Amino acid sequence: MTQLENEKALLEGLATRDKVAIEKIYREHYNMIQSMVIHNSGTGDDAADIFQETMIVLYEKSTTEGFELNCQLKTFIYSVARRLWLKKLSTALRYAPAADSADEVVAVEEDLEYHEKRHTEFSIMDQALSKMGEPCKSLLESYYLQKKNMQQIATEFGYTNADNAKTQKYKCLVRLKKLFFQQYKNL
Amino acid sequence: MEDTLLIDAVERFVKGEMSPEEEAYFMDLRKNNPDVDQAVVEQIFFLNELNKFANTRDFRHQLHETEAILVKEGMINRSPLNKGSKVVFLWTRYKRTIAVAASIAGLVSLGIGTIVSNLSTKPEQNIKPLVDKLHQQENKTRQIEKKVNQLAAASSQEMIPKVTAKFRATGFMIDVNNNYIITNAHVVREAKNQLVIENNKGEQFSATSVYVNFENDLAVLKVTDENFKKLSPTPFSIKKQPADLGEQVFMLGFPKQEIVYGEGYVSARNGYKMDTIYCQLNTSANEGTSGSPVINKSGELLGIISSMETNAEGVVFAIKSNSIFAAIDAIKQLEGHDGIKITSQPSLKGVDRVQQIKKVQDYVFMVKGN
Repeated sequence: MTQLENEKALLEGLATRDKVAIEKIYREHYNMIQSMVIHNSGTGDDAADIFQETMIVLYEKSTTEGFELNCQLKTFIYSVARRLWLKKLSTALRYAPAADSADEVVAVEEDLEYHEKRHTEFSIMDQALSKMGEPCKSLLESYYLQKKNMQQIATEFGYTNADNAKTQKYKCLVRLKKLFFQQYKNL
Repeated sequence: MEDTLLIDAVERFVKGEMSPEEEAYFMDLRKNNPDVDQAVVEQIFFLNELNKFANTRDFRHQLHETEAILVKEGMINRSPLNKGSKVVFLWTRYKRTIAVAASIAGLVSLGIGTIVSNLSTKPEQNIKPLVDKLHQQENKTRQIEKKVNQLAAASSQEMIPKVTAKFRATGFMIDVNNNYIITNAHVVREAKNQLVIENNKGEQFSATSVYVNFENDLAVLKVTDENFKKLSPTPFSIKKQPADLGEQVFMLGFPKQEIVYGEGYVSARNGYKMDTIYCQLNTSANEGTSGSPVINKSGELLGIISSMETNAEGVVFAIKSNSIFAAIDAIKQLEGHDGIKITSQPSLKGVDRVQQIKKVQDYVFMVKGN
């Protein structure tokens, strides 16, 4: 396999949240990001945080339709991580980063914009879910997030039959939707 | 169409579970009814959002797991959760809390493990018979153990503990006229309901706190139990001058259900981050030794063990003796005491250490409560 094919396979694995793929990317690229962060007045913790976020950006990109990486994976990861770190530095006002354009970087603005949007949506959903009471929260978690089937859920929650559990679940979903859109429409 | 019915329809539609006729009907409904169509679009959007949320959360979870592996390998340098050094108090909380603490901080699991084994009655598992011959021996030991347990059970009938303690620390008598016992304020804070002192024989006596000062972490308890036998004057005095650097000291405390002796020296005049209430000792201390007396070779009490630094070996902090004088002054203001008498000439001077310990140990108690 060529490097290109290799990386394509890796990203396909990433899109399915495959453990092996995640670990491989970490092993191949973490050190590069760590030294970039540490050389720019960051700590080991900063490096780990930045790499995590970079991985999320990469994951989001890998799951979009018609996704294609137009550069080497290494370059993409470096560009995203560098962007994220510079942003963090400038918001923290700890240090005005000098532009070191010697590194090979690609434009990642769009990807980061998309990431920002996804991140906001994630937070809104997270908040909406946390506002739900029980058993609604667990019911929705079980069905929509853990993808259990209705029969299983009915047994676990003690409903006499799957239909009753389903009715309850729909009621909960309507509430969650309301909570979500209240925030979402304010965007 | 009712809301839940519509959601159900949309979910089946998205999953492709509709029969062709139903789907046709559904599409027809959407076409002719803008409101329904809007609701469907919204529902599909929302399901998609939920799905994305689930996947991202799952992905983050995977990331954390991978990161944990690589942190273990040393590839990723995450600092442990508690950044920098920290001072911890030295009393023992019983089992339940320890399990919680252990699950939070896997880092100190070694220390925690020994504490748990001290407190649980679980048989020793670390010693395994090496050869079959040992089995016989083991059986014998077991028989003896059984007998001992029976004896213990018989004797404990006479000595029923007053409280089921949630924590254990140390305290010591400073005034035998009023049975005043000194311990740490952070220990007393743990006693929400009952407070007892327990001697080396396992006898418990009820006590109440008469003075609590969180600022210098000192508390004075009064033994209120009628069954408590009055002791002769304390063999140690309280040092008036500050502790000297390098001064050799010893401590008696209850890191376990038995009195334990420890040695060390004064390593700094002030405590953590130059806290002047404390002095720093170089010694080992464990949970349960909070409130232990720190005594020098002439029999002068120069401090009370209070806390230790977590990420430095052998750095222990003791409250300086001048705080004790302040505490005594404060309780003198209280009514209902029969003249506080603090020993001024220690009877420990020039006596060898073993004798010193024998004399002091009757004045050191476990402080327990719930």
